[in-house]
Amino acid sequence: MREILPIFTAGFLGLLFGLGLITSQMTDPDRIVDFLDVVGDWDPTLAFVMIGAVAVAAPAFVIARGRERSLLGETIALPDRKRIDRPLMLGAAIFGIGWGLAGICPGPGIALLGTLDGGALVFLPAVIAGMFIARLRPS
Amino acid sequence: MEIQPAWVEALTGGAMIGLAAAGLLLVNGRVAGISGILSNAVRGTPGVWRWAFLIGLVAAPLWTPMLGLPYAIAHHQGGLIQIALAGLLVGIGTQMGSGCTSGHGVCGIANFSLRSLTATVIFMVVAAATVFVIRHLVPIVTGG
Repeated sequence: MREILPIFTAGFLGLLFGLGLITSQMTDPDRIVDFLDVVGDWDPTLAFVMIGAVAVAAPAFVIARGRERSLLGETIALPDRKRIDRPLMLGAAIFGIGWGLAGICPGPGIALLGTLDGGALVFLPAVIAGMFIARLRPS
Repeated sequence: MEIQPAWVEALTGGAMIGLAAAGLLLVNGRVAGISGILSNAVRGTPGVWRWAFLIGLVAAPLWTPMLGLPYAIAHHQGGLIQIALAGLLVGIGTQMGSGCTSGHGVCGIANFSLRSLTATVIFMVVAAATVFVIRHLVPIVTGG
């Protein structure tokens, strides 16, 4: 049971995450690009997605900081990296170009796979290929 | 400005994303950074929970109509070559920068991480600049 339960909860939470992406229209590249088009006819809607998500998630991170184990007894793996270095900034910039180019980030790209969307079927293998390419560099 | 229904939807959807991230952290002890979960899953890092999370994510569009939520419909911004190039850049960038919209933009900022806030500002500004070039500069140059 200790082995199965975390898999079950992760599956349910992945589903909830996806339902949130679809409800907030993050899965529609057109909406993403309208949000990013700040000099055009700017649509601020997607800013509310981030506000809603951060507002709900932040208390959990505060609680998690004071604990060593999760409710299922797993070690809480909080990221502890603080350095703002070149790979972080360069990587964020490269991701930004890709996000602006198609209006798809990894979460929506994966969720759209469930609709057998042609764009997602092309996007996701390319993302995975990019991840392997980035790991070829000695770091 | 009047409050629009789309803003309420965005806030509700965002809260669901935040709840999922909070749940994964407090129940499973893991951070809901999608690019990290995907990267580790395809590389074979031990942890079946990652595949379970990804399968849940893929299943989401099948559930929304039954739950009275919107359909997942994508209106794409370019042809398949543009999408493939974008995917490649998203893969390289998120691997190099250790995160994407969810890992840095939601979880990192919720964790009051200056590192994640920096990454989020950079990818937002660069993405907006990219959209500016595609939507406003390219049409001028090509006379379209």
